[in-house]
Amino acid sequence: MSLKAFHLVFITAAILLSFGFGIWLAKNFFSTGGTGNLVSALLSFGAGIGLIVYECYFLKKTKDVGYL
Amino acid sequence: MDIPYTVQPRPDTGVYNAKMGIWLFLASEVMLFGGLFSAYVLLRVGADAWPHGWLNIPLGTANTFVLITSSITTVLAWVSLKNNQFSRFKLFHAITLVCALCFLGIKSFEYRDKFMHYEITLANGKFADGHLIGKSRDFDLAKKTGSVTLHGYEVDQEVDLMDLHRPEARHIQREEITIPAVEIKKMGNYGPWHNTYTAIYFTLTGLHALHVIGGALVIGFLWGPGSRMWKTDPERFTNRVEVSGLFWHFVDLIWIFLFPVLYLL
Repeated sequence: MSLKAFHLVFITAAILLSFGFGIWLAKNFFSTGGTGNLVSALLSFGAGIGLIVYECYFLKKTKDVGYL
Repeated sequence: MDIPYTVQPRPDTGVYNAKMGIWLFLASEVMLFGGLFSAYVLLRVGADAWPHGWLNIPLGTANTFVLITSSITTVLAWVSLKNNQFSRFKLFHAITLVCALCFLGIKSFEYRDKFMHYEITLANGKFADGHLIGKSRDFDLAKKTGSVTLHGYEVDQEVDLMDLHRPEARHIQREEITIPAVEIKKMGNYGPWHNTYTAIYFTLTGLHALHVIGGALVIGFLWGPGSRMWKTDPERFTNRVEVSGLFWHFVDLIWIFLFPVLYLL
């Protein structure tokens, strides 16, 4: 597995973490309130979307590089 | 004598030798961290009460962001070499190094916080918890002289210190408390010896931090003196950067698991 393939695995894990963390923060917001939780949840979801965009950009940029 | 398969793939494995080597090494690392994660699960399911909210989530989040950024710069450094852009490689790898140092700085701040955090069992059966402000000059717990000052609070039961995520715990007022040594039954900080949670926390994050240091040393070498190889054998140098990037990604992936497990759940 090349660095390209491992990077895609890593970024996918980071995307899942971003959305998971966002859900965790949103749950905290709905149970205990706090604007900080809501803002952090939105930032976390935003980071997840940003990473998806980056992953697409990375795939396009490295289309000549192999996966092995 | 030339070392074989430093650039060309070996026919039987399909990859160059260094890549085969790093994946075998990473397989052993998976077993090492896998064993520790299993230990964590067993300790947690076997515990009567498990701490929540003991770690600083904003700092953990900042460290997660730093490591994700460093992974991106590592891979961009490698892609720069593939595109024959050596100066961009230097820039991206320098950012990776800064990120590694940032991570270690934040982690050491968190460790310092834990070593300054004390739990005191009082003679009246209550518990005082907070960060150490200072000890009087004549403080001696064995001789019961002097006093200790914390910035924290008192609770009736030790179990009240476990879950700092519960709503009541969020509204606890912390204040300066001075406790004479005669009123102290037991006193200890939140080091690895405090309980099984701090033990597994320091073991997992300490081992991870050692890997970050190791990775930073290799990346620093490839950024500095090791980069001379670019002039003599660019393909082999690019492969070296790829191998170091694979290790760095593994270290970062471990953190992607550590962060939710230790900080959130």
